[in-house]
Amino acid sequence: MKTANKTVSAERLVKDALEKAKFFEDYHIFTSLNEEGALKKAREIDAKIKKGEKVGRLAGVPYAMKDNFLSPEGETTAAAHILEGFTAPVTATAIKKLEAEGAIMIGRTNMDAFAHGSSTENSYFGPTSNAFDKKRVAGGSSGGSAVAVALDIVEFATGTDTGGSIRQPASFNGVYGFKPTFGTISRYGVVAMASSTDCIGFFTKAPEDMDLLMSIASGQDPKDLTTLPDYYNIAEADAESDDSRHASSRPSSRGSSLTRSPLVAKCLESSNSCARIGVIKDFDNESVDPEIRQALKKKCDALEKKGHKVVELSMPNLKYALAAYYIIVPAEIASNLSRYDGIRYGFRSNESTDLTALYSNTRSEGFMPENKRRIMIGNFVLSSGFYDAYFLKAAKARTLIIKEYEKAFSKCDFILTPVSPNLAFKIGEKVNDPVSMYLEDVMSVPLNLAGIPGLTIPVGKAKSGLPIGLQLIGPRRSDKSLLEFAKETECSTAA
Amino acid sequence: MKYTPTIGIECHVQLSTKTKLFSEVDNDARGKEPNSCVSPVDYALPGMLPRLNGEAIKYAIRAGRAMNCEINAFSRFDRKHYFYPDSPKGYQITQFYQPIIGPGFVELPSGTKIRIEHAHLEGDAGKLTHFSNYSLVDLNRVDTPLIEIVSMPDIHSPKDAHDYCKELWRLMCYAEVTYGDLFNGNMRFDVNISLAPEGAKELGTRAEIKNLNSFRSVERAAEYEIKRQTRILNAGEKVVQETRGWNDATGETTGQRSKEEAKDYRYMPEPDLPPINLSQEFIDAESAKLPMMPNDYRKKFEGTLKPDILEILLDYPSLMKKLDQLATREDASEGLSEVTTENEGASPVTTGASDPSPRKPSSRVSLIANLFTSVLLAEEKSAEYLNDLPSTNDLKDLAEMNEKKELSSTATKEVFLKLFDPQMKGRGTKTIAKELGLVQENDLGALEKIVDTVLAKPETQKAQADYKAGEQKVIGFLVGQVMKASRGKANPSAVQEILRKKLA
Repeated sequence: MKTANKTVSAERLVKDALEKAKFFEDYHIFTSLNEEGALKKAREIDAKIKKGEKVGRLAGVPYAMKDNFLSPEGETTAAAHILEGFTAPVTATAIKKLEAEGAIMIGRTNMDAFAHGSSTENSYFGPTSNAFDKKRVAGGSSGGSAVAVALDIVEFATGTDTGGSIRQPASFNGVYGFKPTFGTISRYGVVAMASSTDCIGFFTKAPEDMDLLMSIASGQDPKDLTTLPDYYNIAEADAESDDSRHASSRPSSRGSSLTRSPLVAKCLESSNSCARIGVIKDFDNESVDPEIRQALKKKCDALEKKGHKVVELSMPNLKYALAAYYIIVPAEIASNLSRYDGIRYGFRSNESTDLTALYSNTRSEGFMPENKRRIMIGNFVLSSGFYDAYFLKAAKARTLIIKEYEKAFSKCDFILTPVSPNLAFKIGEKVNDPVSMYLEDVMSVPLNLAGIPGLTIPVGKAKSGLPIGLQLIGPRRSDKSLLEFAKETECSTAA
Repeated sequence: MKYTPTIGIECHVQLSTKTKLFSEVDNDARGKEPNSCVSPVDYALPGMLPRLNGEAIKYAIRAGRAMNCEINAFSRFDRKHYFYPDSPKGYQITQFYQPIIGPGFVELPSGTKIRIEHAHLEGDAGKLTHFSNYSLVDLNRVDTPLIEIVSMPDIHSPKDAHDYCKELWRLMCYAEVTYGDLFNGNMRFDVNISLAPEGAKELGTRAEIKNLNSFRSVERAAEYEIKRQTRILNAGEKVVQETRGWNDATGETTGQRSKEEAKDYRYMPEPDLPPINLSQEFIDAESAKLPMMPNDYRKKFEGTLKPDILEILLDYPSLMKKLDQLATREDASEGLSEVTTENEGASPVTTGASDPSPRKPSSRVSLIANLFTSVLLAEEKSAEYLNDLPSTNDLKDLAEMNEKKELSSTATKEVFLKLFDPQMKGRGTKTIAKELGLVQENDLGALEKIVDTVLAKPETQKAQADYKAGEQKVIGFLVGQVMKASRGKANPSAVQEILRKKLA
């Protein structure tokens, strides 16, 4: 990550980023730019550098923030009309941590309203274009963030992933996108979509950068009781002490270099005890784009050549994931969106003469059609008499899926799958066909139900020039090893 | 036909924790500006997540133990959805599926046991004030911790309904989990009531009377409902299952505007809060902190205090604590005079010579108890008085002075009241009694002198002659004269004795 120093000022870095952001204006990447605020912060950091004061690990690094993170800088819109005019009085924990290290937010990025969607077309501000083809979608819901990194406007961007919202746009735009283990990064101050599957993550161009961001943003937060006890940086320390013989020969763990986990170290040191990579045969079928299937095969061959072992997995229960997801997630969405009622903040429809009308007018005008669709599904599955048949059954299916992954990870260390069955599609192609849009998520949602980490790895381009991404999946809390493995394989199998 | 009423009561108790159930803002909004005790979490800003107040869990354990309830080691929260401006999140966080407090019972003073089905933790709603064409929302009360106590349908008379609510209120006050201010809604009762023909196994259709905030209104509402439902049943009609409101002024319940659609709260597990897992050690440690309960006091003062007086005094937990301290102090003063410690402000614990008490400790307790009952509870502002009780030492001294006849019964009452006077407080019973000139003269030598002076006065000569002539009752006049001469300090019975001797 290029940080500011005595020769390259933070102001220069920020100005460059802002200039690029404006140059790509017609991609609709940003919902708002933070010019004044970003430049002010940059000058503060430059002053510190000049005085020789200590600056953070992300000093002066411009970044883009998905517009569902709360911070007093600019309006938090979640790309939804109903949050119109809302400026947050508090800052999300993840943002606080990044900014404490000197990162500078240059703009808020476009997304599907309330993160409902897989194309960034469901935005109140209009769709974001794909970095490689302006007529195609950016993917979603964190489309703006993915494109901002893909077009080199910023070195990293924040995102949220409830069912693939980081991994799929990362794949569509040829960048790395990471969804950590559920509870690794605090959700405090991030507009909630579905509480039990929402994950905060990042887009970068290199796995090293991802590791740095993870080591900064992860950790238990008293403001989010679902965060896990710190493990990301602790594992690193443990690895060091376990393997202290090599400590001196290794680069410093702080900064942009990676430390090797025992697993990866083992792989590299001895060619016959390498990682076992699982591929799911249930996903290898005609519904997946042939070029993506081919890319997966090619990657597997390369890994095998390197001495890793490819294991075929049968995971029949994953076919229930999409159905379970589209019951549990809308239920939580319907509940989490109840607070947008026009009473306390955001948009309020003024035509109303009584309370019921105020609610229904505000919510009818303020939500996008996809928001309403999910609210209706959610309220339906939670209504009395249907709870057992839908929600409870979906919760049981979720348990089966978790168990299926546990079983799979007893046979392999990581799983490699496509991210989505398709390459970036055309804007407008699926927006009126919710089911085919939902099918975009078929390979990404199982991870969210199981709470396990997944990283999109860009593996090349299709004949059309569109990027292809694959998804590297690990067991719960394997985030660190997963990123390390990605780094090693990137070097060893680059096409 | 004869009908048996069956009553079940749900009671909401506001817990007096320092902070709210799901945020760190002040939970005590008494006397504060509207919307001044509201955090971003209570206000339901986007992206805000509930935290859990550990103190509320401890309170729930104490409240549960006060009702002889099992405490569930595993419990969790659920969301109950409804749209109304008093609910910023659009749902209430409650415990629908797995509550923290399991089954138990409450024993009424009559000995009747009312079973508790369960009790759960939840957040309170805000408050709306309606005006002609607008309403104001105050969110200070949002997510004040509540426990909702659900009784079994074990109550069969308005009187028992009243007594149950009152005993519940006492239990919660003694467990120190609530301010117990009924007027300000610290406890609110929903009464479910149905009638069934005598001897019938099935319960009848019930009506629910919501939001009652006094024991009396619970009793009156139940009485009214029994009459209303009897009338309906006798006319061969059917009772409608509905929610009814209580009008305290007219003494009637009225059907509340029936909602067009049945309410569906769409319960769902709260995904933002992990389940509560309590260790047995934690539950035991917290249960052990439960102070003395009304029944403990009933046992302790059985025989010392009359049951009717005890039941009056039991409404004042601080007072019962005081009486208990008094009893304990007296027990202790037999040997070590000052083993009890007390933090009561200005009154220092004196280590004076222990004077052997001629009477049993219980008589002092009963004297003070009677004083409280007769004097204090007759006062208008009794509750205010009780906020700041005299020190145990002062009360002990008062009882002793009365025992030693240093204070007449009238003077005892007078000094007792002065002990509450902010200006007198802390000066000690003895000083106050002296300053007011109420200490009786018991020195026989000194009394004799006063008697002699009075007998020498010309205006007493006729009375003396009358007495000697056999008119016994003029002794009263003479005693009065002596009392006057002593400026009220003389012990009248001692004076009378001296007079009788001198005039014999």
